[in-house]
Amino acid sequence: MKTDMNKIEKDCEDGIKKETNKHLIISKIKDGTVIDHITSGMAILVLKILGIGVNTREAVSMAMNVPSSKMGKKDIVKVEGKFISEDELNKIALIAPQATINLIENFKITKKFEVSPPKVVERIISCPNRNCISNSREPISSRFNIYLEDNKVIAKCDYCGKKISNIEKFI
Amino acid sequence: MSEVRRRFRHLISIDELSKEDILYILKKAEEFEPIARGEKKSRILEGKILANLFFEPSTRTRMSFESAMKRLGGDVLNMTAQEASSIAKGETLADTIRVVGNYVDVIVLRYPLEGAAKFAAENSSVPVINAGDGAGQHPSQTLLDLYTIKKESKLDGSKIALMGDLKYSRTVHSLIKALTYFDTEIYLISPQILRLPEEFLEGLNGKIYEAELDEVIEEIDVLYVTRIQKERFPDEEEYRRVAGSYVINSDTLKRVKSGFIVMHPLPRVNEISSSVDISGHARYFEQSFYGVPVRMAILSEVLDEVDT
Repeated sequence: MKTDMNKIEKDCEDGIKKETNKHLIISKIKDGTVIDHITSGMAILVLKILGIGVNTREAVSMAMNVPSSKMGKKDIVKVEGKFISEDELNKIALIAPQATINLIENFKITKKFEVSPPKVVERIISCPNRNCISNSREPISSRFNIYLEDNKVIAKCDYCGKKISNIEKFI
Repeated sequence: MSEVRRRFRHLISIDELSKEDILYILKKAEEFEPIARGEKKSRILEGKILANLFFEPSTRTRMSFESAMKRLGGDVLNMTAQEASSIAKGETLADTIRVVGNYVDVIVLRYPLEGAAKFAAENSSVPVINAGDGAGQHPSQTLLDLYTIKKESKLDGSKIALMGDLKYSRTVHSLIKALTYFDTEIYLISPQILRLPEEFLEGLNGKIYEAELDEVIEEIDVLYVTRIQKERFPDEEEYRRVAGSYVINSDTLKRVKSGFIVMHPLPRVNEISSSVDISGHARYFEQSFYGVPVRMAILSEVLDEVDT
């Protein structure tokens, strides 16, 4: 069983993405961005952070809870035909600090890197403090300063100072 | 115009000030004290206009800013809480700040939402001074508290107890942070329900302890009492349960050491008995006066007029 699981993960990372029973999980892309090693269950929030929604024209595929030898389970997102900027991709580190990025051109990986949290994020996190000015009807976007504390990603509201560690709940 | 570098353009939070900035303001305040008392005249802010924008009620903060500005030769436009609330119904704070910024040289703002002063500064063409943003910051109060301790007791080597509502009092939150710049021992005295939230202690390196008043009354130099604020409570029953549980009276003072002082940001309700006023230990009325020279120092800094 262990061998089968490893094989599935290897296939996923190779971009072939077939389970042993030949069902296609997620297709290989010619050009675009592959986000791998996403914390299990966070793929939908990754799409939200990247602004991928109903108006997105690119082909987007997503796999959740795929077996992973490194992480147990992981999610994967692939965006066909779009090279997402490093600054945008680094925002993923807020909820999936282990995520790795592969930029693909003509089926080949041209760049590979691990995400690292940005120092400041705007508009992504909603401040949980209901008395914070960022939750008012003012023309204002939320702004959080990001830092690491005991290896955990912490976001601190730039306006009211509210600190949060469970960032995924406020995206 | 002075050649001295301006240390800050806006005054939003005590966190933005270094120890050197704080000491600089306290030193300037001392120089302004004779002017604040009306013993000496100054026109250094002549031609400058301050706008007091108070979206929540205030007496002493608003009036002491007004006194500070006028004694330095400047003028003041006041927007009352009633006018502010009618504006708030139809206009955003951002727009109000942009409009008022066209009329004046500096804006003093009190607003019920946390982070409002920072947001206002981002939208303002003139300096903004935070006079309280909800449960957030009130840096000019902190500076005048430090000034009072410096003048009436000592900042370094002192033992200071903060008592009362440590959970909701923005005064206390800012003061603790500022006191850790100095060599002080800080004691926190409060009912269980109004304990200081842990988050306010994060990142602070000071000597800070929770205590009962009875345990420390004989050794402390300063007792800083805060009002248990009704408006910060989610319900009236909770307020009633704890109100009046921490009261200072002449009995309390029997065991204090020489030079001991009592401070309070005022207004007080029942937490300090009037018998304390004549005890020789009360400094809360001096404290409220010190708001004037300290605010003079702040105004002269943000308006870049540093020569007295």
